[in-house]
Amino acid sequence: MEYNIRLGIIGLGKMGISHLAIAGGNTSIEIVGVCDTSKMVMGFIEKQTPYKVYDDFRLMIKEAKPTAVIISVPTKFHAEMIQESIDNNVHIFSEKPLSLDAEVSLQLAVKAEKAGLVHQVGYHNHFIGTFIEMARLIKKGALGDMYHFKAEAYGPVVTKSKDSTWRSKPDEGGGCLYDYASHVIDLVNYSLGEIVKVSGVELKKIYSKEVEDAVYSTLHLQSGLSGILSVNWSDATYRKMSTKITVLGTNGKLIVDATELKLYLNETVKDEIYEIGWNTRSIGTLQHPVDFYLRGEEYSAQLDYFVESIKRNRTTGQNSFKDAAKTDRAISLIRKSN
Amino acid sequence: MLPKQTVPFHSSEKAIDRMERILFGDNQFFGVNHASDEKSREQLMKFKTDASIIKTLDIVKSAGVQTFMCTTHDRILHICEYIRQHPDNYKAYKIYPCMPYAHKYANAVTELGIVGALKAYMPGNIFTTAFKGGMAYLSDDHEKMMELLVDAEMKMFHGIDTPVIFLQNVVTDLLLGLKAYGLLASFHAYVKKKYRAEAGFITMNLPLLSDVLENLGIEQPIICASINKEGFRMSGGKHAYEKVLAEKKNRVIAMQIFGGGFISPKEAVEYVVNLEGVESILFGASSAANIVQTIEWINKRSSE
Repeated sequence: MEYNIRLGIIGLGKMGISHLAIAGGNTSIEIVGVCDTSKMVMGFIEKQTPYKVYDDFRLMIKEAKPTAVIISVPTKFHAEMIQESIDNNVHIFSEKPLSLDAEVSLQLAVKAEKAGLVHQVGYHNHFIGTFIEMARLIKKGALGDMYHFKAEAYGPVVTKSKDSTWRSKPDEGGGCLYDYASHVIDLVNYSLGEIVKVSGVELKKIYSKEVEDAVYSTLHLQSGLSGILSVNWSDATYRKMSTKITVLGTNGKLIVDATELKLYLNETVKDEIYEIGWNTRSIGTLQHPVDFYLRGEEYSAQLDYFVESIKRNRTTGQNSFKDAAKTDRAISLIRKSN
Repeated sequence: MLPKQTVPFHSSEKAIDRMERILFGDNQFFGVNHASDEKSREQLMKFKTDASIIKTLDIVKSAGVQTFMCTTHDRILHICEYIRQHPDNYKAYKIYPCMPYAHKYANAVTELGIVGALKAYMPGNIFTTAFKGGMAYLSDDHEKMMELLVDAEMKMFHGIDTPVIFLQNVVTDLLLGLKAYGLLASFHAYVKKKYRAEAGFITMNLPLLSDVLENLGIEQPIICASINKEGFRMSGGKHAYEKVLAEKKNRVIAMQIFGGGFISPKEAVEYVVNLEGVESILFGASSAANIVQTIEWINKRSSE
């Protein structure tokens, strides 16, 4: 018999609904409850799907007795819900960023670890084949001595002035820094090393009144490597979010996005297929297939990983709270120095 | 304002007996490229003008392909207008609309939230005036909401033969994952009733969708799915797909036959034309040479 994970989902916004659909396609998961406060969304779930709905997450945890929860609510509510989940011995998948305060994030990491619970944060780029290969090549030292990087993301989220939601309120975790730049910062932490200092920070409002629409900064890593962060969610020339990392080293150059990995080598690297000069690999050759697909393999892959962690009792896996706390720390460094 | 001329509606009682063997897609026109973000930007530049799109469609038409399968992107409005203005050139021409153009909604949801996005894209001011009780009333009737959204997306195609109307994979697969199966059936029933068209479903999860549609009692559904030699975007595995194709009575359109561009064209065509259970092949390309060659290959290998 398959291992059955009793899953509850808290928050049915864009990410929550997507998680619910992907979880619905996962044969190891039994969805025991979904929770949101929007009458319209919950009316839809109640009428159109087989799931039990709640408007109070505490009640859901108490009644539905999930073994794991997905928390996909505005960032400012994460800490409270994670704490409640830890208190009830429930494994946690939280959306990103983990919290609005790096100290709080670190405390949550310590608590979740101490309770022996699986904890994972939704930085889905870690599950994209091209970025996985990038991290592997960097770790192996394929680029020689790295001396510069450029971490970029652009997209067309706010391209004119409009109504506001929590994503346009900085105290709720809105804005380009929390929403878009966090992904890029996390990729830097994951693949190149921990960010310990920032300089030259520019947070620019383009169309939004209360939050920044673009983030520009120099990032300094623990290893001494430095590079540039350039993120803008008000760029209408992009169809959807597009993230790119460029790394330069004495042995070559690496340019990676979600669709392609391009590697230029001065010298070959031991036990690698890559040749001198330009090498290009498409995502199709680097991505593992998934059992159920919605919006991208990475969303299913991260949930599969979470399920696998619970089955194997792996509490120190990828995208842990501790990793996410490092990203929150870099975010607060940027915010403070502006 | 452009003059309104219409071509007659060709559809008979049964919307479509057999789809064309080759259907031409629109990804290249709007910068959708699964293999390269950079290439997608180049394509956006190449197809900046409506004239450049029409020119390409005419090349495809001259090569014998009379069906254009496209998303309900804003720019398709202009293409439809052109087709209506030149009825003699497009007598047997068909468009298979695929709705909705998802990124429009996805970006709106990120910015405005789900309710805000619905407000922004629902036709007219139905949330405030047209219906008794406004949103509270309407938000409870999901079938009606779906119908209004379909009508809004279909507006641009008036007077054009649209015998198959597709639900985009992001919506099909979302409803599939949510197990909101009733809405898949409602969509199928509605396009038949209102537009005398067959419903089509685009999916990245063919085996699962096939089972669900069969259980809903939808006979010989039109399903468009990634089908390629490398198993790219074939969720559940290539083997499961081949089994469904061979055993189930679906009317299948193979898309992404080049696996996002990393399978050689010859190999790609070879694999898909030999598959049992594939009625049509959807492909898109930018250059005249590639278009003509791919059509020739498919036709040649299909007739052997």
